Amino acid sequence: MSLNPEQKIQFSPMHRLQWEEAQQKDVILYPEGMVELNQSSAEILKLCDGTRNLDQLVADLEEKFATTGLKNDISGFLEVALGNGWIQQN
Amino acid sequence: MAGSNKTNITPPRWLLAELTYKCPLQCPYCSNPLDYAKHSHEISTEDWKRVLSEARKMGAVQLGFSGGEPLTRQDLPELVQHARELGYYSNLITSGYGLTEAKIIELKEAGLDHIQVSIQASTQDLNDHIAGTESFHSKQEVARLVKKHGYPMVLCVVIHRENIHQMADILAMAEKLGADYLELANTQYYGWAHTNRDLLMPTQEQYQEAEKIAQDFKEKVAGKMKIYYVVPDFHEDRPKACMNGWGTTFLTIAPDGVALPCHSARELPGLDCPNVNDHSISDIWHESKAFNFFRGTEWMQEPCKSCDEKDKDFGGCRCQAYLLTGDMYKTDPVCSKSPDKHIITEAIESARQSALTGNEKPLIFRNSKNSKAY
Repeated sequence: MSLNPEQKIQFSPMHRLQWEEAQQKDVILYPEGMVELNQSSAEILKLCDGTRNLDQLVADLEEKFATTGLKNDISGFLEVALGNGWIQQN
Repeated sequence: MAGSNKTNITPPRWLLAELTYKCPLQCPYCSNPLDYAKHSHEISTEDWKRVLSEARKMGAVQLGFSGGEPLTRQDLPELVQHARELGYYSNLITSGYGLTEAKIIELKEAGLDHIQVSIQASTQDLNDHIAGTESFHSKQEVARLVKKHGYPMVLCVVIHRENIHQMADILAMAEKLGADYLELANTQYYGWAHTNRDLLMPTQEQYQEAEKIAQDFKEKVAGKMKIYYVVPDFHEDRPKACMNGWGTTFLTIAPDGVALPCHSARELPGLDCPNVNDHSISDIWHESKAFNFFRGTEWMQEPCKSCDEKDKDFGGCRCQAYLLTGDMYKTDPVCSKSPDKHIITEAIESARQSALTGNEKPLIFRNSKNSKAY
């Protein structure tokens, strides 16, 4: 399974992405488990709302953080996220 | 008791709410205390709400509604809704017995995140025998309804000598039911399972064969189904890192409001486990004797004390050390460095002899009548 750059990316309805005040970080929650996210991973996942494909997501993040050259890092993380079932493409 | 350094206390992340010891099933490996019938008092809805609120404020985020059978509490939807409002991820850990479609919908609307359904075997005869209650078909139907209503579905099968030969069929059943996660929980020998150990513990050969089948299956379903494999620790060289370390992560509240560092801890002597009716959760977590008892490594004896793995496995399980050696400060006998390792090898051999001779006493089922004998 690998990321299709053409298709829109959606956060999995089987998981929950949530800010944890006590930990001061975003986490992914799923049955009996939790993954703590660093800030950049959380920013990527928050944009996985089913309206963007890979290039659109990269463009939006590069604009938000006023930088360029993020594509490799973002696609690398999304591959991991897909493998873990945190995101999906229909 | 250890003079633990209180500045290093981490907040609880996992709250296990054992709502009741009532259960329509009678599984002979139940982890509830043998004498649960003595602890029949249950704290109120308002008490539970306060417990959930206080623990959440400290940082608990995973919440398990367990028991007994949590569905026997009529206030479950109200507690689920309260948990959702607080931001918990709520897990319902149920036998599935008596869970109707209407209740599944009601709980979903209240904000329940996930339902874990236990099934005892891949065949009706064995399932109903182990559960002590006719329940196989209703469990399968519940698993289907859980999926239908969009919950992640975890199927939990406790593995022991009476069902380990069904491993391939159990895996096929999980796939057919569309489980998102399959928990293959090799029996841990506490409570009722400790009492029935000679009848429940598989042989080394059975474990190896079953694990190979499960491993091959895991690769086959990668990306579709996740498999949690609870290791049979008696057959390991090192103990489990029990509870991720005492008083670091897990908080269990028993039906009568007693707060426990792990769900077996009320069997340990002299802990004076506090009750939520007498103390706040914060006081219990930070100040109580019970939660500080085995925090850190100061309490350890040799060989744990000088072991370079002590920060990895925390000396293993205190309840297991106590159950098997009578001394809760000792190294978990599962560890090959433990001077008590022979207790484990003898237990394995005793179960093996029991299996080979077929000259077995009957299983002691978990029910009120049997509980009153303890």
